[in-house]
Amino acid sequence: MNIEDLEKERNEGIENLPLQERRKFLQMGLAVTGVFLGGSVLSLTSVSYAGNQSSPDTDIPAEDQYPYPKHYGMVMRQNRCIDCEKCVEACKQTNHVPDAHGAYRTAIQERLTTENGVEKREFRPVLCNHCNRPPCVRVCPTKATYKDPETGIVVMDYKKCIGCKTCMAACPYNARYFNEEKYAIDKCNFCIDTRLAEGKTETACAAACPARVRIFGDLKDKSTEIYRLLHTPDTKIWVLRPDTGALPNVFYMNA
Amino acid sequence: MTNKSISAIFAETAEPRLATPGMNRATIFFLIVTVVGLSCGVLAFIFGHHVIYHNTREMPWGMLISTYAFWAITSTGLCIYAAMSHVFGGTRMGIVSNRMVWMSIICIMAAFSTIGVEIASPHRMLIYNILSPNPTSNIWWMGTLYGLAVGCMIVEFAGIVTGLAKIALILGVLGAIAEVFANSCLGGVFATLPARPYWYGAQLPIYFLTAAFLSGAAAAVLFNFLAYKIRGEKMSQTVHLAVKSAGKAMTLVLILYAVATFWRLVSFYVGGPELGRTAADALISGPLSINFWVIEICIGLLLPIMLIILSRLENVGMMAMAGFLILVGQFVARYDLVVAGQIVPQNLGWDGLPSYFSYVPSIFEFGVIAGGIGVVALGFLMGERVFGKTFTQKEHH
Repeated sequence: MNIEDLEKERNEGIENLPLQERRKFLQMGLAVTGVFLGGSVLSLTSVSYAGNQSSPDTDIPAEDQYPYPKHYGMVMRQNRCIDCEKCVEACKQTNHVPDAHGAYRTAIQERLTTENGVEKREFRPVLCNHCNRPPCVRVCPTKATYKDPETGIVVMDYKKCIGCKTCMAACPYNARYFNEEKYAIDKCNFCIDTRLAEGKTETACAAACPARVRIFGDLKDKSTEIYRLLHTPDTKIWVLRPDTGALPNVFYMNA
Repeated sequence: MTNKSISAIFAETAEPRLATPGMNRATIFFLIVTVVGLSCGVLAFIFGHHVIYHNTREMPWGMLISTYAFWAITSTGLCIYAAMSHVFGGTRMGIVSNRMVWMSIICIMAAFSTIGVEIASPHRMLIYNILSPNPTSNIWWMGTLYGLAVGCMIVEFAGIVTGLAKIALILGVLGAIAEVFANSCLGGVFATLPARPYWYGAQLPIYFLTAAFLSGAAAAVLFNFLAYKIRGEKMSQTVHLAVKSAGKAMTLVLILYAVATFWRLVSFYVGGPELGRTAADALISGPLSINFWVIEICIGLLLPIMLIILSRLENVGMMAMAGFLILVGQFVARYDLVVAGQIVPQNLGWDGLPSYFSYVPSIFEFGVIAGGIGVVALGFLMGERVFGKTFTQKEHH
């Protein structure tokens, strides 16, 4: 509808508006305010509006600004996680993660919270966030860790790793560990070598999850489930430690 | 260029008076400390760095990194004071600047030997620092610039010893510039990590440079005092003035450093991320509080100030003691800085984690530290023995 045409219409007032309409309007208002508060105040970023040019620190680039031919990311539907750790096990098997203390590419964190006086256990799956502005990549002296130019996945070139551990200190997500077998730093690479290279479309952890917590895919491809989830209106989406400015590609929601 | 043979050069620079049984015993003792200490680090290459050192996934950096920073910072300080005396001339420290150049080289060697056994694969570093450099990496710049600096200083020192004053002057300035930038990049390694609020911020590189001026002056006072102590003779008037001058610099920078430390800590309590505040709490009232209050503040700050006041900048022994205590304080300050930056779990609130991780360095880490001290002590004694006359000559150019 054209704004000029609207102006010609007679104001019908708000008295006769159905309750449903009022609620919708209120929701929209909250959603818009949420967008503008997102990131800085609420530590949330509404991905539906993430492509907004006026906000340079949004979490996913504007539609025409994806820097990689494919732009892989993951959505965690956090409230679905039951801590069965099948993802952790599948990752260990697929990516030959050593059976050593502190050696893991993905993990599930847990905490006890209280909601309306009832104790609740909360689980949060974590892994490398494959950031758009990855602190680990910037600090590596030998480019042993870098963004794969095809997929945007943060990968390791083990033979170049000098083991200075600066990437471990720089990572806001504790996503890196010293792999004593490779004698280099290791991390999640979205199974780029173990599954994606073989034509599989999911990471080992996502494929193993019985509750479909982890949705992996190309953020750019409108036909993917991850795209649909990230662009569903009224969905509260958040990222971990947005204050570090790393622009992660792992998004959290309750759905 | 003179055609003097190497033995003739050494004959001119050596200090035969120091070839005493006592000196020999001390030299052998520190040689053993160096070999045994650094062997602890070599064990890491045999049994695994993850086995020998107490670093973890959550706290990847420990005492070896802080000690590396300590020696590198001290080296920068010594190098800057020496270069300033060379360039501007006329400063009272000029007469002892050759010794400062030597000790700057020795301190950076201690730093290199410490980090050399800390890094998991230094051989890959030698190859890929050249083949695959990352210009956005502070570590790359720091390593490259410290490498450049030590190269310059070694040529500078060779110039000093062989009487090539012009080369010594140019290389001395280049070396000092490289050292300042390297020091700044070392600060930048920590300062540019937003994931670690206790380190992140523009102040840290300046803080590191301030620490360099402090440690450098303290080391200058201490090593000059020791040089005359082992000779068993009194300082000449000019050397005394030089040490006094270093003492003044030490006092002034100690005050600046204390002010910087104060505001640095205050800044965590006026807002900002909780991680930074909890880390600062570790120093003020947490697991690092004894280190902070007893060693950093009492031993590294208050006691030296008292000693300096009592010495009236005349009593070199007292000033040297103050310098020594400042260095002890600085050593622990580097440790506290490195540890506090990682001691608070990044995912605090999850997994029932405590507010602080526990990190106690392994016996092998202490061994490597001893090895680094051994390098410096051995370097000092050997320097005095082999180049002693160069250090005590009235003017070198």
